[in-house]
Amino acid sequence: MEKHYTDSQVKGVSTGTTVLAVIFDGGVVIGSDSRASIGGEYISSKTINKVIQVHDRIFCCIAGSLADAQAVTKAAKFHLSFHSVQMESPPLVIAAASVLKELCYNNKDELQAGFITAGWDRKKGPQVYVVALGGMLVSQSVTIGGSGSTYIHGYVDAKYKPNMTREECLQFATNALALAMGRDNVSGGVAHLVVITEGGVEHVVVPGNKLPKFHDE
Amino acid sequence: MAAAASMMPHFSQQISSKNDLVPDWASQEVSTGTTIMAVEYEGGVVIGADSRTTTGAYIANRVTDKLTPIHDRIFCCRSGSAADTQAIAEVVAYQLGFHSIELDEPPLVETAANLFRASCYRYREELTAGILVAGWDRRNGGQVFCVPIGGMLVRQPVAVGGSGSSYIYGFMDSNYKPGLSKDQCLELTAAALSLAMERDGSSGGVVRLASISEAGVERRVILGNQLPKFSTH
Repeated sequence: MEKHYTDSQVKGVSTGTTVLAVIFDGGVVIGSDSRASIGGEYISSKTINKVIQVHDRIFCCIAGSLADAQAVTKAAKFHLSFHSVQMESPPLVIAAASVLKELCYNNKDELQAGFITAGWDRKKGPQVYVVALGGMLVSQSVTIGGSGSTYIHGYVDAKYKPNMTREECLQFATNALALAMGRDNVSGGVAHLVVITEGGVEHVVVPGNKLPKFHDE
Repeated sequence: MAAAASMMPHFSQQISSKNDLVPDWASQEVSTGTTIMAVEYEGGVVIGADSRTTTGAYIANRVTDKLTPIHDRIFCCRSGSAADTQAIAEVVAYQLGFHSIELDEPPLVETAANLFRASCYRYREELTAGILVAGWDRRNGGQVFCVPIGGMLVRQPVAVGGSGSSYIYGFMDSNYKPGLSKDQCLELTAAALSLAMERDGSSGGVVRLASISEAGVERRVILGNQLPKFSTH
């Protein structure tokens, strides 16, 4: 997902934000900060959860206009649960991502939201998909998004390696979020992380004072 | 740098996009959309830059030298408009040379930085220049000063600048610590610049490095195929 500089000109509440998703050996970690702001001048919520569950083992993260994102995820949740009942099996992660993509692409002129979808399914295991602003759908093993992601492109490129352990991956995701929150004024608060594996789903919340500190803090 | 880059081309893009006979690089200002970095270590400074100068989508110079000497032990790293930064650097080099002769001793890095700031602040409306001033002097050793667009002056142990710098703030925050050796600084700078060049379309080419200390200035170039590689998924 690319940052676009009109983030702060979006009317209403916008999630100037940092979101990411990373595949590790056996699962996927999806995470975000928790700040919602109006144009970078007023923090309307310090503890918003941007990691939204759309099915048992599928989560997505929103970046962009909060209103658009909530509307789209609500529609996606409905589509997915209907699809899952028809198929009589849990939906594939790519199905969830495709539903979001259809909504974003067909309404591209009205919407201003991008999504990262991460989850686990029986067919392909842990996966991460990105639906960008115009409706492009791409699969990646690690992806970052939101306004704060600009500052951690270098860190993620340097530090990511495939097949990390769960602990390494959590540490990597926490560090990346902390670094982004340290530089982006519209990202902050706590770090919400969700670990999705075949066995289940675990929420990890790292409060602001427990985030890793770096040399100048 | 992103702000500067989006300011200028706004109307010229409208002109050129309507007229295919005029390529966009013919109407764009020459810009050192760039990545520059400077780090202090015990006994000196390490500076580095990429080597790409663009006019719109055309790379006007792919082997630019953005590390410009201002005095024997003082360099500046230039980002922003190529014309503006070259002009300012020339003026400051003259002023500093004159001052140094009057003083009859090598000038301070802080003096050079203040001269840059004076020009950048006075002409802030006309200029687009983001400059890092780095060097060594007898009084305070290695120092890095940042003079961003607008004409602020601040000393920092490590500074980055240019359009590509946004991408490496996280990397820099996590990898820099005080007390690094010269070689560690060189490695850190080369790695950071490579990461930025990988992500920023306006940065690229080769990495130029220089280390400045009491002993003098050592320059080196890392070619494109010798740059550190990172796992890019």
